[in-house]
Amino acid sequence: MSLNDLLVNLNLVIHLTFLVLWTCGLVLVDLFIPNNKKGITAALAAVGLLITLILVIIRSGTSVSVFNGMLSLDGFSAFLNVILLVSGLVSIALAYDYLKRSNLERGEYYTLLLFSIFGMMLMVSASNLIMVFLALELLSIPLYVLAGIAGPQVESEEAALKYFLLGAFASAFFLYGTALVFGATGSTFLNEIVSAIPSDTTQLSTLLIGAGLILVGLGFKVAVVPFHMWTPDVYHGAPSSVTAFMSIGAKAAGFAALLRVFVVAFPALANDMTTILWALSAITLVLGNVIAISQKNIKRMLAYSSIAHAGFILMALVPYGVQAVTSDSVASALFYLMAYMLTNFAAWAVVIALEHRNDADTRSEGLTLDDYAGLGRQQPALAIAMSVAMLSFLGLPPTIGFVAKFFVLRTVIEGGFPGLALIGVLTSLVSAYYYLRVIVNMYMRDGEPIVRREVLLFSTAMLTAASTVLLVIFAEPLFQWASAAVLQLL
Amino acid sequence: MNFNIDPLTLVTFFPLVGVLVLLFLKNEQKDLARWVALITSLITFVISIAILVQFNAQDPDLQMVAFVPWIQVAGWNINYFMGVDGLSILLILLTTLLVPISILSTWSAVEERVKEFMIFFLLLEVGMLGVFLAQDLFLFYVFWEFTLIPMYFLIGIWGGPRRIYAAVKFFLYTMAGSLLMLLAILWLGINQGTFAVPELIEMNNIAPYLQIWLFAAFAIAFAIKVPMWPLHSWLPDAHVEAPTAGSVILAGVLLKMGTYGFLRFNIPLFPHASIQLAPWIALLAVIGIVYGAIVSYAQKDVKKLVAYSSVSHLGFVMLGLFALNAQGIEGGILQMVNHGISTGALFLVVGMIYERRHTRDMDAFGGLWKVMPVYGTLTLIIALSSMGLPGLNGFVGEFTILLGSWGAGTPDGALGTPWFTVFAALGVILAAVYILFMFQKLFLGPVTKEENRKLLDINWREIITLVPLIILIFWIGLHPNPFFGLMDASVEKLVASLQSAAVVGLP
Repeated sequence: MSLNDLLVNLNLVIHLTFLVLWTCGLVLVDLFIPNNKKGITAALAAVGLLITLILVIIRSGTSVSVFNGMLSLDGFSAFLNVILLVSGLVSIALAYDYLKRSNLERGEYYTLLLFSIFGMMLMVSASNLIMVFLALELLSIPLYVLAGIAGPQVESEEAALKYFLLGAFASAFFLYGTALVFGATGSTFLNEIVSAIPSDTTQLSTLLIGAGLILVGLGFKVAVVPFHMWTPDVYHGAPSSVTAFMSIGAKAAGFAALLRVFVVAFPALANDMTTILWALSAITLVLGNVIAISQKNIKRMLAYSSIAHAGFILMALVPYGVQAVTSDSVASALFYLMAYMLTNFAAWAVVIALEHRNDADTRSEGLTLDDYAGLGRQQPALAIAMSVAMLSFLGLPPTIGFVAKFFVLRTVIEGGFPGLALIGVLTSLVSAYYYLRVIVNMYMRDGEPIVRREVLLFSTAMLTAASTVLLVIFAEPLFQWASAAVLQLL
Repeated sequence: MNFNIDPLTLVTFFPLVGVLVLLFLKNEQKDLARWVALITSLITFVISIAILVQFNAQDPDLQMVAFVPWIQVAGWNINYFMGVDGLSILLILLTTLLVPISILSTWSAVEERVKEFMIFFLLLEVGMLGVFLAQDLFLFYVFWEFTLIPMYFLIGIWGGPRRIYAAVKFFLYTMAGSLLMLLAILWLGINQGTFAVPELIEMNNIAPYLQIWLFAAFAIAFAIKVPMWPLHSWLPDAHVEAPTAGSVILAGVLLKMGTYGFLRFNIPLFPHASIQLAPWIALLAVIGIVYGAIVSYAQKDVKKLVAYSSVSHLGFVMLGLFALNAQGIEGGILQMVNHGISTGALFLVVGMIYERRHTRDMDAFGGLWKVMPVYGTLTLIIALSSMGLPGLNGFVGEFTILLGSWGAGTPDGALGTPWFTVFAALGVILAAVYILFMFQKLFLGPVTKEENRKLLDINWREIITLVPLIILIFWIGLHPNPFFGLMDASVEKLVASLQSAAVVGLP
């Protein structure tokens, strides 16, 4: 590749180029920002994300393949880039005051966050398995560090170690799968794999095992049962602002890779894969929702809830091989991710507002469900935001969560899997029990919750909760956007 | 928004104006909050009267239709589609009437968190009106599920000692049914390509075995709401724990959403399944009538007694609807209204005595007539209307239903045997037993308890809440024709379509 080609390509991925340069610059600038003014780093990181977001939106119409086909910039990646960048911005808003009051305020926090987002953005564009792997590592390593940033708090360190060990394990699976796929098809490019599906059975089964291992590797990242073991502990142990970001960013990126790899490279394996995906989705829905019932800590509850939602998104992928619904299948998964992002941030904003630190032993408090008693009376606005989030998680109208579930269920039924749809709705009923419990505590029990009223946190909660309801009216353009994103993928 | 063009949207969402105003009030401004809610609901009532004036009773089809495309992407065909016809007009009026009455009844009963109470109450009204007006299955489902949320809060925050249990039970029970309905709605949307109810009825091309499944999925959701025996167990808990106004609306309107669902969706969408399953529904209805009456008699708590009497009364409604002839269905619709008025009023009078004595145990009372003569007289009228005394509203509804079900009892009728009518008539007698028993325990005989001697008779505000209902009790009882006139055309159309479905056979 000549220098000229390189520049052309760098220009095509201007949003990525810009973000990585900005982040590297921020690492240096941060050295000169005094410790009591780390707010400047946060602001600069936010500005960087905002500019990147604008670049993404400006370039969103184009569909090109760059760096010799390693990355594809299309509607699909643009849609997810927007989700990721908005998540990044919201995460900074959530983190700022929280870090300050938890004595965790460090400049690295924001630069690591930006690096991780950069990895995620690479992941959603990656159209080569090697590229997916690199992106996976790039997004994961900063997250491992972030999970442990509250050290020497034991839970945080444990979370980081656990996440790292299991993450490395998952990466190995992914890499081995990639090797097998390469062995069977002679390529790691997604669009070459699809045309090189081998005919003889030995090679075909090699490919199948490879695809299965890739599923395992990515399944870890998106927390699908039975690869979910790390989730509750990591979600619980990591600082809440990190968890909030991780639960959306890592999930969105993981699912993006899963969708792209399966839809582009493995449509021919749909017959075998569908059964596996069906089973994974069903067991994830059941286990996630059932175990969530017994949780007393809100972070652990949300962790199991996030597992359950991963099951729902995976459900959308089950009929990906049925030609007539492939595009709807991916579009409804994307829509669900967006709905989940808004809902999840509303919930986490409230969680962070209630969390406080016991100065004696630096442990976090205010995280049990009982700590929410009386919130409805003391902080009506936050309680409304939390209620909206819970109802949207539950999938009750008039929230975006309902529309998202409706779209996914429709795809699944249309794809010919009514049994799975039935499991989907029945587990939603189970989830009603634990989501309602939060509302019961907030409104129907008395208590004196300790709440920080910080402007950024408060307005984030309000904004995300309001959009959870109001975007229902604009469900059509949003779904249209998601569908358009998929068309370029196919 | 131009009122002349789109009155249905206006009536449905007008309560939101009150909600917006309430949001800006302080928690301490209790009286202001009450007035805002009352005035909002009264204006909503006036709008609904205007709709009645515009309503053309001769037209069997949907009127004043509001239609805006909503989600039209990727093969979806979801519209904002509202309309009113003879099947729903009375229920709209019932809703808009009962809401201000309920709000008035809370004047001294709700002292805590008044603002929030009123917000939830007005939101509930939006949901209920939406349910009765929506003609698109997706839109209907949105409103249907939405009503759960405010009612859940009303029971859970302002309810009695076991309120949390009752609220969660109410929520989970209802949601369980709705989710199956959601799958059926999705099936219809995917295979028929539309969610619009009139279009779906027009198509009438669903194979009979599928109709049975779809009918069942819808029926479970509605049967839980009605509630039909044996899915009624959430009702006594919800009623006993709910605050008075909540009980009035729950009995008066929310339960009607179930019966209305059968009428609006099950019968016209799945005519074959309806004809085939009518005897089974009637059987459950009659069991409900008798069971509800017997269990009512066994209660010591007045509110529980009234709650179980609802199971019995709504059994009548279901029997009438599934007679599948004009008389039965018209009687069923009228009985929905009657039950809303009578049982709503009964819950109001129970609430009044509870506010004074803080108990609902019948043994704690006796001889109240001597202490509270006005209260006694009004309660007597309401009680007699509830048990179906000729000349009052309950009689007209029940008699028409029994006529209809008798007519459907011929070999070629929907029910096939007159025995349903016979056992249902037994329910009328049982109703007299438990109602009179209750009245006797509360009002007749000597005053046995010292606390009851100094009870105040009901005040003007309380009388005002009851008067409109009592006027309606006499009006419907003595001159029901205008009420039947409103629904005639639509019901005839429904019955005609059922008959043609039965004759034409299947695609």
